Amino acid sequence: MSRSAYETVKLARSGRRPTGLDFIQGVFSDFFELHGDRRCGDDGAVVGGLADLAGRSVTVIAIEKGHSLRERMLRSFGAPQPEGYRKALRLMKQAEKFHRPVICLVDTSGAYCGIGAEERGQGQAIAENLMEMMALRTPVISLLIGEGGSGGALALAVADRVWMLENAIYSVISPEGCASILWKDAKRAPEAAAQLKLTARDALAGGMIERIIPEEGLGKAEYYAALRQALNAELEGLLQLDTQSLLEARYQRFRRIGKEREA
Amino acid sequence: MPFLEFLFQPKNELEQGGRSAAPVQSDEREPEKTCPNCHNAIPLSRLWAGLNVCPCGYHFRMGVRARLRYLADKGTFRELFSEVRSGDPLGFPGYADKLETTRTSSREEEAVICGTAEIQWQKCCLFLMEPYFMMGSMGTAVGERITRLFEYALEHRLSVVGFTVSGGARMQEGLYSLMQMAKTSGAVKRHSDAGLFYLTVLTDPTTGGVTASFAMEGDIILAEPGATVGFAGARVIEQTTRKALPKGFQTAEFLLEHGFVDAIVPRSRQKALIARLLQMHAFEGGASA
Repeated sequence: MSRSAYETVKLARSGRRPTGLDFIQGVFSDFFELHGDRRCGDDGAVVGGLADLAGRSVTVIAIEKGHSLRERMLRSFGAPQPEGYRKALRLMKQAEKFHRPVICLVDTSGAYCGIGAEERGQGQAIAENLMEMMALRTPVISLLIGEGGSGGALALAVADRVWMLENAIYSVISPEGCASILWKDAKRAPEAAAQLKLTARDALAGGMIERIIPEEGLGKAEYYAALRQALNAELEGLLQLDTQSLLEARYQRFRRIGKEREA
Repeated sequence: MPFLEFLFQPKNELEQGGRSAAPVQSDEREPEKTCPNCHNAIPLSRLWAGLNVCPCGYHFRMGVRARLRYLADKGTFRELFSEVRSGDPLGFPGYADKLETTRTSSREEEAVICGTAEIQWQKCCLFLMEPYFMMGSMGTAVGERITRLFEYALEHRLSVVGFTVSGGARMQEGLYSLMQMAKTSGAVKRHSDAGLFYLTVLTDPTTGGVTASFAMEGDIILAEPGATVGFAGARVIEQTTRKALPKGFQTAEFLLEHGFVDAIVPRSRQKALIARLLQMHAFEGGASA
């Protein structure tokens, strides 16, 4: 693959890319959306509900960017508010109660950046998701379908398996942000993108994800069908594990990252 | 004037401002620091004697060793995991050099120190983040040290007290840094689920990935007066939303008002309060004694 890291970034952000809801409609059937965080609101950037995956009931949660400008504004361009993370956590807790697997579809440039979001505890909302997802007593698979922007993406990606689409990205900071902090020049983003190692192949090499889902070579329907098969097969395996082994493996999955980096 | 009053009358204006444990230098050449709040110049000796707090109440930042001196009972701190250091997992340009110069200038190996200590005879695990080491940013070493501390605390059934200072995740370590948020949160969760106590004190500044992980996961969350605490950076928010930020935005007082911290505690009252809270959460027959 000769594509540069920044070209991948542009692909991951492309408005023509299928969004979370497209994946929900394509991969799952009988989706029933559940609204609200039961505390103060309902965030349009996070869509969640019940769905059928190859005959199995699952909870599916997606960050949705929207297609048209109107839609994108309604969904704050896929940047979740604290209410979005709290809704996601509510649905995950519900899934845990009924021992229903959870599938998260992640596509965000980052958590919403605004006065209200800070007032309502954006940091606390993300922190709580990280903590609670680590101990969620049901299988969780997260799929990064576009942008995996920092803590805002991680808050839906503390999972037993994390997969990335071929042209998705996963990064601690946007290449523009990195370039402007380090070199005081946002135009050097392509350089930063290359240094940040944010492509799916880099993430796989670093052990942050388990699988890359190819994007090319299949028609739309076959593509979604293949993904459905893959998710179903993976869930099959995860559901064989007893809860204790599942949670231990999830803990160790993250525990080992950065462990070997000692002088 | 009665003799005793004469003896204790303030010799100068600085003495009038408060009581200080160390003698105030009258040397005119003594270095001073200007307080960003009251704009008065304060001699350094006086500042240090007053826990780096201006008489007006402004809390200056404090390095980890100075904090240890007022917090831990003398000679009780035993540092753990100091061998864990950051590598350069991405081979990020300039990072290895930056680490080396920071290690030299700060005289610390990493942006957090961990260990066990006694605070007014209450034994606990303690971590302190270092503002003078890349502004306490969290890379793999910070994540690993904190994770190990919680695992150690779980094994020995100890409470954890943590002082946070951080600009967020350390971008030079890319996704490795980001994953430390999940890793540390997992360790906090296990410690918490075992019924053990975790207290955080948010100090200036606590932002980004640290706010969005272990800083906000304490059973009790305290903050130092005036500390900046938030997730997104204030300047970034201003640029993105093109709105003027409200006064006092993202300060400890702002968080208290919105329900995200339990109390704001000045430095001079921290030790006694932390000791009392530790004592209230001590296990019967447990290690806390």
